[in-house]
Amino acid sequence: MTGTGTRRGLSFYLLAAFFGLFVLFLYGPIATITILSFQGPDGGLTFPMNGVSLHWFKNLFEQQAVGDFGGSFRRSIALGLTVMVLTVLFSLLAGFAFRRRFLGSGALFYLAVASLIVPSILVSLGIGLLFNILGIEPTWYGSALGAHLTWTLPFGLLIVFAIFNRFNPAYEEAARDLGATPWQTVRHVVLPILLPSLIGVGLFGFTLSYDEFARTLMTAGSFNTLPLEIYGMTTNVTTPVLYALGTLTTLFSFTVIGLFLAGVMILRRHRLRRTGAVV
Amino acid sequence: MTVSAVPSEASSASAAPRGGGVRRSMLRRVAPYLQAGPLALTLLVFLLIPILTIVAVSFWDYDSIRIYPDFVLTNYEELLTSPVTWKTYLNTVKFAALTWVITLLIGFTVAYFLAFHVQSTTWQMVLFLVCTIPFWTSNIIRMISWIPFLGRNGLLNSGLISAGLIDQPLEFLLFSDFAVVLAFVHLYALFMVVPIFNSMMRIDRALVEAARDGGASAAQVVWNVILPLAKPGIAIGSIFVVTLVMGDFITVRLMSGGQSASIGLMIANEISLLQYPAAAANAVVLLAVVLIMVVAMLRIVDIRKEL
Repeated sequence: MTGTGTRRGLSFYLLAAFFGLFVLFLYGPIATITILSFQGPDGGLTFPMNGVSLHWFKNLFEQQAVGDFGGSFRRSIALGLTVMVLTVLFSLLAGFAFRRRFLGSGALFYLAVASLIVPSILVSLGIGLLFNILGIEPTWYGSALGAHLTWTLPFGLLIVFAIFNRFNPAYEEAARDLGATPWQTVRHVVLPILLPSLIGVGLFGFTLSYDEFARTLMTAGSFNTLPLEIYGMTTNVTTPVLYALGTLTTLFSFTVIGLFLAGVMILRRHRLRRTGAVV
Repeated sequence: MTVSAVPSEASSASAAPRGGGVRRSMLRRVAPYLQAGPLALTLLVFLLIPILTIVAVSFWDYDSIRIYPDFVLTNYEELLTSPVTWKTYLNTVKFAALTWVITLLIGFTVAYFLAFHVQSTTWQMVLFLVCTIPFWTSNIIRMISWIPFLGRNGLLNSGLISAGLIDQPLEFLLFSDFAVVLAFVHLYALFMVVPIFNSMMRIDRALVEAARDGGASAAQVVWNVILPLAKPGIAIGSIFVVTLVMGDFITVRLMSGGQSASIGLMIANEISLLQYPAAAANAVVLLAVVLIMVVAMLRIVDIRKEL
């Protein structure tokens, strides 16, 4: 890497400035509502700050005005975790399948890619109509789960493809030569190597599902998930309680990412120590 | 798909003589189907069949109370002969084109900076993460976070007024086409940055050096070496941005304050009025338009080769 660009001339500083502006553009608005969520009780939706307080956070938890915030939050978490587990499991399994040629593999690949391209509202409409015609009640843990999987599975599958592309089959051959059964090879050799990437797939699955709005719209049935709840609030809530909710959910997302990243880091260090001991 | 052919055939052959051979080789043959089964089943039940349902329902009839199984073309007729439809499609394509151009410029520049100007790999990863983190928070929260910034009494207006640049708040900032495109760029710029960065990182640095040794200027290197080699990433990013914008309805509804329309919004409105067959016909046309756009982009680069 070093030595490619020896000059750190004007273009570097111009590009760095552009990058800085881009980051400001990404974070600025979110920072604004975070600050505004600490408005005093008489504060409004915009600056200037009218005192500083936790009033709107308290408001979020104590009143019914916000609807079913707790319930929708719990449903979104449960749904996200289910989607996460299924995404990791299904895309890993499919990744194994795609390492060999099988009948219909091309069609399945295109179906997965199509799943990314089909606009979310069509998936929502289609599943809603299908359940309607079949007379099945849509539920957040049934139809919405399926709708979310059509969004997370293709991403998971593409990541698994990329992982297997970089995976050195020599490890498997070595395990086999030492007499490991196929299951032992997977369990003790392949999975530990893939684990950090699979955590990434899980993180992807969870956050995609946790934030998904359009695919939940017609498929969630009578109980809202958090994005639906927030969307409802944007149309009828005109106090900074909206920002308090934004701040909390953003904080929650960051915590989840932090935990995942820490997990990957610990795994890596653990592995380094182990391989270090072997050497 | 391009996953390297792993010598599993060879191993099954060598495993066969070890006893239980027939059953094991049978298992080997059906294994891929069992492994791909859950994925295939999910996509079948929750994608393919629902899309086919939409196509079927688009020919159904409806009145204000319910929908009837039938075969009528009125849904398409009404859709395609209405000037509102054409205006809405034009408007949606305009949003998609504007968002595409802006995200492409931003995405290419940011990815180029990260891939070719940031020297240490650690810094590269750190800055890349800095770009990706906002992506993990709710889209709707990211949209509403523009309100205190762009509103009549928002930061931007009060800043411009106190700087003496304007006397009155600019009205076009919020609840306008400007706000819609701004939100789109904010939401989807990352879908452009990541794939372009990804393909730039694969470019052999020796090619850049060779071009430079051959006397190419920095601009010539970017235009003649990096741009062509980053094409797959550009195509993937473009497909994401264009399809996401074409199908969107929340951003358009929230950021335009109901003053602008998009196809997605039109479909969402028809759904809320329970005009399912009309919504279905609209959906079929939208899907066709999106597919045509994607196929056109795929003609330029073969993405399967790049995975």
